[in-house]
Amino acid sequence: MQEKHILICAGTGCISSGSMQVYEALKKELQKQRLESKVRIILSGCHGFCEKGPIFIVYPEDIFYCGVSAEDVPALVTEHLLQGKIVERLLYKDAQTGEGITSHAEIPFYSKQKRLALRNCGVIDPENIDEYIMRGVYQGLERVLRMEPQEIINEVKGSGLRGRGGAGFPTGMKWEFAYHNRQDKKYVVCNADEGDPGAFMDRSVLEGDPHAVLEGIMIAGRAIGSDEAYIYVRAEYPLAIRRLRTAIAQAEAYRVAGENILGSEFNFKINIKEGAGAFVCGEETALLASIEGARGMPRPRPPFPAFKGLWEKPTCINNVETLANVPLIIRKGSAWYTTIGTEGSKGTKIFALTGKVNNTGLCEVPMGITLREIIFDIGGGLQGGKKFKAVQIGGPSGGCIPESLLDLPVDYDSLHSAGAMMGSGGMVVMDEGTCMVDLARYFLAFTQSESCGKCTPCREGTKRMLEILERITQGKGKAEDIPRLERLALAVKDGSLCGLGQTAPNPVLTTLRYFRDEYEAHILEHRCPAGQCSALLTYYIDAELCTGCRACTRVCPAEAITGEKKEPHVIDEEKCISCGNCVERCKFDAIKTK
Amino acid sequence: MQTTTVVAKTMDFDYEQVEKLLQEFVGKKGVVVPVLQKIQHEFGYLPRPALEYMAARLRIPVSRVYGVATFYAQFHLQPRGKNIIRVCRGTACHVRGVTKVAEKTKELLGVGVGETTADLKFTYEEVACIGACGLAPVMMVNEQTFGKLAPEKVQAILKKF
Repeated sequence: MQEKHILICAGTGCISSGSMQVYEALKKELQKQRLESKVRIILSGCHGFCEKGPIFIVYPEDIFYCGVSAEDVPALVTEHLLQGKIVERLLYKDAQTGEGITSHAEIPFYSKQKRLALRNCGVIDPENIDEYIMRGVYQGLERVLRMEPQEIINEVKGSGLRGRGGAGFPTGMKWEFAYHNRQDKKYVVCNADEGDPGAFMDRSVLEGDPHAVLEGIMIAGRAIGSDEAYIYVRAEYPLAIRRLRTAIAQAEAYRVAGENILGSEFNFKINIKEGAGAFVCGEETALLASIEGARGMPRPRPPFPAFKGLWEKPTCINNVETLANVPLIIRKGSAWYTTIGTEGSKGTKIFALTGKVNNTGLCEVPMGITLREIIFDIGGGLQGGKKFKAVQIGGPSGGCIPESLLDLPVDYDSLHSAGAMMGSGGMVVMDEGTCMVDLARYFLAFTQSESCGKCTPCREGTKRMLEILERITQGKGKAEDIPRLERLALAVKDGSLCGLGQTAPNPVLTTLRYFRDEYEAHILEHRCPAGQCSALLTYYIDAELCTGCRACTRVCPAEAITGEKKEPHVIDEEKCISCGNCVERCKFDAIKTK
Repeated sequence: MQTTTVVAKTMDFDYEQVEKLLQEFVGKKGVVVPVLQKIQHEFGYLPRPALEYMAARLRIPVSRVYGVATFYAQFHLQPRGKNIIRVCRGTACHVRGVTKVAEKTKELLGVGVGETTADLKFTYEEVACIGACGLAPVMMVNEQTFGKLAPEKVQAILKKF
């Protein structure tokens, strides 16, 4: 009998922080101490707390260690496993009190969360189907095999579940359209083309709980009357693809996928399609074109995919997180699901909390929670105690929300009225050092290069908007640039066929709405209030700190820095080209900007 | 005049190798992207003769194959380096200062975006998001992810390859 279970996180985040080295070291150490038979090591999916990785949890006592390295392993084995002493220095330290917290349930990052779609992530071994079955996975599938399609659809409709990919369309309604469209062949497509920069929740679900997604897909298939699905997943997610393939093979071997599922007459085949690196393929009609082997360009709707989708057949397209919620709704009932969330937005949403916040990672929260709770309670506030400036929600399609709206409840409708959108769930926190004009420029650069080129307003409009924003960040903006940007933004919004173009101006529109003064400072005063746009900065040397070491003079390409050895140096503002080389080279932080 | 079934063959190109890759796809639908992925996996890029051969064999106009190959960021028509560096330009990385890391990497390699070093050792690319935002700024070298980067850490990473 194994007395202890050790979970080591094997999500992409922890692997790059060295969790596999920890795993190897632990195996070796257990062998050395002759404990192999007493301890079981489980490589789990993502725990969400990527910043503090690698994560290492000991059960049954539930002790949460973080930031563990291979060198820490002998101490963990000797002290914790043999002597029963907790290794204090590897515990999570409370940001305020500095005290170690032993159980992850008490860590503020976790205590405000409600993990439904992430229920199994980090709890089980994602490459072992037996652990899923013990956690109740495939019970939902078993149940729907005894239900009529309309009953399944009613259950999902009753739950109020809305698409988690961004637009928030009611899932049950989508299924109903596809169901009523009677044809010999129908498809289910799982959209796992998570392309928003700053978002990684779908990746974590696929890596940590692939069977929940497979089960959701098959329930959708059963409901609409389909026998085949495609999972369209980004090629940039190699680990997710590998785990999905393993999960499909195991599910087929256990007869929970493939032919005659669980002894019934229901057959279902699941295929994987690897995306090839085009952001626009997250848009449903572009995604279908890509599966069909063409350039991934969107087409006008209607006809909607539920009527004419993949290879002209009725197709139901759902996002990963949406599908991961489905088995739970079937198992626990729609009445239970509607108790979570707000009037118009039921259930939970996963956010990828990143940027300048203390606790970066993945968190799942009930709808209706405020932004303040997410950023300050779960996220632990801003790094280095800096002042909060804005939070960017919804990726390149979303918007920037300022401090005055921090108490906004997070649900589809509130975010939409603030000019942002739920999007897929990226949430990037910014402090006073982030320039909002530069941020808008950054997003436009992204959407401009990802625009497929089909609609002229999007192709040309984003390009012109980007040129204007570049000009402003270089200090060459003109007063008429702001109204021009607004006019272009509306033209792009109205004149584009798909979601990419329709939402691409959002980052510009929201920064103009909430941070107009920053645009004006750049244009009228040639000043970047955040101190980020290098062309607008003036560099000077603090004579108190300068030791006259001459390091800066050697890296200055403009020969703008002069001074005697061991005497404070001076920068000639006329010659300085604001490249910032000297700042990086200076060991004494003597070079300042204003 | 060239018909769809005959290819003007280029000397010194191993068509057998392409033929082997095509076997499982002949007669199926929606195969252009996976076939291109296979060819690129085999050759490291998409050689022109391979595309011409594939088009003829699968009875698809070569213009369509070219259209698909140039649409997706993943496909490359030129040979690439032994190691592929992908620097993340995602939002989280942007906010946490990846720009300086990218500049340093390009400076050390002496190449620009999408270019390969003269010794074919490294190809430098920038991608939208790797999805490791918790560790921003990040880059990938081949399938390995490196997080919490700073300009001064780049040299040591490149030395590993």
